[in-house]
Amino acid sequence: MKKSVCAAAVCAMLMLSGCLSAEKPASDVSEENLILVGFSQVGAESEWRVANTENMKATFSEKNGYELIFNDAQQKQENQIKAIRTFIQQDVDYIVFSPKVETGWNSILKEAKDAGIPVIVTDRYIEAEDEGLYTAYIGSNFRQEGEKAVAWLESLLQKQGRTNDTINIVHIQGTMESSAQIGRTAALDEGVVRNANWHIIERQCGDFTRAKALEVMEAILEKTKDIDVVYCENDGEALGAIDAMEKAGLKCNAEDGVIVISFDATRLGLEYCLAGKIALSVECNPLQGPYVHDIIQKLERGEKVEREKYIDETQFDCFTITQKMIDSRPY
Amino acid sequence: MVKGLKKLARSQLVFPLFALLLLVIFNLIRDPSFFSLSITTNNDGNTVLSGNLISILNGASELAIISIGMTLVTASSRGQDISVGAVAAIAGSVFVSVLRANEVTVPIMLLAFLASCVVAVIFSAFNGTLVAAFKIQPMIATLILFTAGRPIAYWINGGATPTVESPLLGNIGSFIPGIPIPTPIIIVIIFVLLVSLVLRFTNLGLYTQSVGINERSARLNGINTAWMKLLSFMILGVCVAIAGCIGVSRIGLINHETLLLDIEMDAILAVAIGGNSLGGGKFSLSGSVIGAYIIQALTITLYAMKVSSTAVKAYKAIVIIAIVVISSPVVKKYALMLRDKLVKRPTKVTENE
Repeated sequence: MKKSVCAAAVCAMLMLSGCLSAEKPASDVSEENLILVGFSQVGAESEWRVANTENMKATFSEKNGYELIFNDAQQKQENQIKAIRTFIQQDVDYIVFSPKVETGWNSILKEAKDAGIPVIVTDRYIEAEDEGLYTAYIGSNFRQEGEKAVAWLESLLQKQGRTNDTINIVHIQGTMESSAQIGRTAALDEGVVRNANWHIIERQCGDFTRAKALEVMEAILEKTKDIDVVYCENDGEALGAIDAMEKAGLKCNAEDGVIVISFDATRLGLEYCLAGKIALSVECNPLQGPYVHDIIQKLERGEKVEREKYIDETQFDCFTITQKMIDSRPY
Repeated sequence: MVKGLKKLARSQLVFPLFALLLLVIFNLIRDPSFFSLSITTNNDGNTVLSGNLISILNGASELAIISIGMTLVTASSRGQDISVGAVAAIAGSVFVSVLRANEVTVPIMLLAFLASCVVAVIFSAFNGTLVAAFKIQPMIATLILFTAGRPIAYWINGGATPTVESPLLGNIGSFIPGIPIPTPIIIVIIFVLLVSLVLRFTNLGLYTQSVGINERSARLNGINTAWMKLLSFMILGVCVAIAGCIGVSRIGLINHETLLLDIEMDAILAVAIGGNSLGGGKFSLSGSVIGAYIIQALTITLYAMKVSSTAVKAYKAIVIIAIVVISSPVVKKYALMLRDKLVKRPTKVTENE
């Protein structure tokens, strides 16, 4: 009795894990001419990511001549490696993935290369020991995003005549060692070196989530409330930090309160921007599908492709944003 | 008085209380203003209390509630439920879906909470059935939902992280206008009172313990042991639903990947720090609740010492290893032996009496 129950439980678990890894069975019977793409998404941690997923799914539709095998890695690198290995076994035409972290991809990329499948990395960079291990990278120039934010802050402070005042900055970082964190942090560090009156009084990791940012910001506010600027590395963190500051009685306002700087420009973030709580949100464009589509089409025709392609991005600040701008965005 | 002290010294609460005291003293030496409370006005115009002490009490709310349920499960089933974080994500997702489908009003909030309770209890009862009826070890049984729970929440949310914007929800997650204490603290107080009343006026505590201490003799004495185990899992389900709803209310959104992540480990630790045997049997709920506050006090202390939030868990682990080793029976026995050697004057005790 006991044994059979155990066996049943094991079967159930095998079935569960089987379901996760093979949502679609190997489709070697796919209709001719459809390009089979395997996409391993890192997870669904933010609105930005969800918009990115939706865009990818919309791009790789049957109407556009694709068949998509989608896998959500639930924030685990192991899952991504497993998913890519499954893609190789299913003999897909292209592998697209947004890496969880920058390192640890060499062996799986070699497997893909040996199988002759082109790999397109999206959104975040990877460190490959051999450049030839992946075909192309598409994503945002995080360093440039950070530089945009720092430049905007410099000009705002200049306008307010605060170039000689001490500016206390709280820096809420994203997931450590992710490309977005590295680029956006580097830009701020450079800004601090350039402006002698800028001081980073606190630096904490908010893991790109609202909950974590709320927690660390609450802890920071217990120590000091003398804050001029909060530099968050995505909208989720900015929202969490604003929650904490409002609870502590601080005003988030670019004119006479704390200047909150954020990245991503998600819908919710822009609504906060319209309300004046977020001073600046630098866009990080999640609509990468068409760019990937473009690269695949070029490869299909046998043309050469750019190894690194940055997508176009803009920025929104609380002085010029309008409801119309928010409504016109597709996500 | 002496008798009272002696009783306390033998009680399992002595160690957790001692650990808490140590943390307090450490903080007082490090920074005397650590425990200062201040009254501020937040942006909704409420006068509220703030300070590290409030942060500790507030931040530990979810953990304290879950550790109560975890204690009961540990006592009756001689094992732990490791799926609580995942089930909380499911409960939170149900809570948010109900809220999003309706205009947020007080009755709708209650309805949403009840719905999440029902769902969490069903999932916990699934765990409980595997443990009680099929006699699978709790950790193995709950491993299934530990793995599958968050994906189920993902499916409920349709792969997104939906938000709810409502001042009413904010009341639960932070402050009710006019009350200066964060609402989660009040919820914990009410819940602890309710549970202690239930334990005081029913046989729940006694039966749970007897099932954990000796299942066979409990059955021979007419206790339905399978039902007691199932019941403890269902109570844990209610705890998990409350914790999940508080977690969602704090930030007004459900993120199935991060809501109460790794709370199962903290909850098991709270039970252990509280002096409860992880092998079941006798239990003390107050010990577990103190354990929960110790864990949170540790986190806040580390933040105050500017430890990076990524590194906090590693520092926590070191302190927790120390706590668990010191409270282990081997060290305790050794300490007692040492004390007997040092203070061998039995005559002095009689003098006092």
